[in-house]
Amino acid sequence: MVPTSGRNPAVPSQTVPPLTDSELRRIREDFPLLTGTAVGGAPLVYLDSGATSQKPVAVLDAEREFYLHRNAAVHRGAHSLAVEATDAYEEARRTVAGFVGATERELVWTSNATEAINLVAYAFSNAAAGRGGAAAERFRLGPGDEIVTTEAEHHANLIPWQELAARTGATLRWIPADDAGALDPAAAAEVIGDRTRVVAFTHVSNVTGAITDVAGLVELAREAGALTVLDACQSVPHLPVDLPGLGVDFAVFSGHKMLGPTGIGALYGRAELLDAMPPFLTGGSMITRVTMESAQYLPAPTRFEAGTQRIAQAVGLAEAVRYLQGIGMDRIAAHEHALGQRLAEGLAGMEGVRLVGPPPGTERVGLAAVDVAGVHAHDVGQVLDAAGVAVRVGHHCAQPLHRRLGLTATTRASTYLYNTAEDVDRFLTELAGVRAYFGAGDPR
Amino acid sequence: MSGLDGLYQEVILDHARRRSGQGLAEPVPEHACGESHQYNPTCGDEITVRVELAPGGTGAGAEPVVERITWEGEGCSISMAAASVLAETAPGMTRTDLLALIGEFRALLRSRGTAEPDEELLGDAAAFAGVSRFVARVKCAMLGWVAAEEALGRAG
Repeated sequence: MVPTSGRNPAVPSQTVPPLTDSELRRIREDFPLLTGTAVGGAPLVYLDSGATSQKPVAVLDAEREFYLHRNAAVHRGAHSLAVEATDAYEEARRTVAGFVGATERELVWTSNATEAINLVAYAFSNAAAGRGGAAAERFRLGPGDEIVTTEAEHHANLIPWQELAARTGATLRWIPADDAGALDPAAAAEVIGDRTRVVAFTHVSNVTGAITDVAGLVELAREAGALTVLDACQSVPHLPVDLPGLGVDFAVFSGHKMLGPTGIGALYGRAELLDAMPPFLTGGSMITRVTMESAQYLPAPTRFEAGTQRIAQAVGLAEAVRYLQGIGMDRIAAHEHALGQRLAEGLAGMEGVRLVGPPPGTERVGLAAVDVAGVHAHDVGQVLDAAGVAVRVGHHCAQPLHRRLGLTATTRASTYLYNTAEDVDRFLTELAGVRAYFGAGDPR
Repeated sequence: MSGLDGLYQEVILDHARRRSGQGLAEPVPEHACGESHQYNPTCGDEITVRVELAPGGTGAGAEPVVERITWEGEGCSISMAAASVLAETAPGMTRTDLLALIGEFRALLRSRGTAEPDEELLGDAAAFAGVSRFVARVKCAMLGWVAAEEALGRAG
């Protein structure tokens, strides 16, 4: 099985206790937005952390403190402030890299996860255009080569590969999803083969909440001699993740989904690969020697960070990581495991509601999407919003997966460490009233 | 759910269920006919609207009149109800009348709750006044009407 299974190291151990009520109360006090009321005056229930998370005061303070006392451009200028800013920036890199088991050489700052995937795809096509010399040979794609992704991807892990295929003449193939939106391992073994050069797949589905068997796909990719690119946007914020331990070659995640600021994300890459890969964006800060004809580039990660960087955002994201570490990712995962099961159980038993993805009792993160019979997702979201419950409606940037499931749009609830069982229950109660409001299921 | 009732008027919920004009009808061969497909990428709603015009009387300059509007689509209750209301309201109108109606409907929806609907002109479409306060849903209501506007331009 590609999603789920107890073999996945990301699955929380049963011995780790979930967060206690008093811990949850303290956590919620750190997020002022959560204690407010929604537009209609009802207490806010925020169940859209899969789209973006709320920010604790500590993260806001860290950004502000940086701007107040340490702000300067990094990696340039000899004044003391520039040194302090550079230290803060590089310390942030060490912290965030360490959070995913990597070293600072293996973590490139990007604007977001989408840019990180595009960075890899454009670096590959720059290699295909002859850039990067002999060292970049392994990134060169052309006609006859195959790029493999999956039918369950967010558009951000699909379209950059469509475009790379179009630029290089390589062929795009994909591992199909089954009726539950899960990836069929037998089909994966058929799709990944001798011609495969890249396998790009998600760690946790942003639609179904299913956890991919990363080891299984990495093994298939290695046998084929292909590079792997993991979309870790929905895993790194919610599960303990050791990227080198997972054996992937590249991985991406975004800051704003893990309590950090918007405008910052990261690319993880094995150091030897990053050092061999030609740059994507070029310009200031990423060079050693420049003449009118050409330039030489710094090693990774700096060679991928052209222009003035997201310094305050990096500092904010590092603070977010310390906040998460202070609670413990294993405990956050245990807490969200319980919320995810509560969601799945409540939804699976609800009349006229189809839960997509893993059934209750199967591994999933705290995320669940549903189709409500006879009521469009936008109408569902509107009714929930009027009751103060914020969820995501639509295709969640995964149109092919929705098409595969026979749907155009779903309603998705997604949790984080600050959500309570009561939040999940309020969502379930309000959702249960939606069909009656629209007269769905009534005789016509 | 009381805050919602301004949005989901009974008229709208009723139209969302009965969906007048649903199912594209084959036009009479002599009639002018135009069609348009519209898609809302944010929610995936889509609709195809067919406008069929019959010759309007014998006098010089007599305008063709709407024989019927039929449609096929998938979307939220607001978009489906708006298409249904249009299919019931438009027949018998001249091209000029229908364009004026669409203009009035658009102005109402863009008013952010400030416009008083002209109930005589709009009929059931006046029930969409409440939608104008929910800015995210204005596109839903307009989807079928924009399609009709374009289809009208393509009809002979």
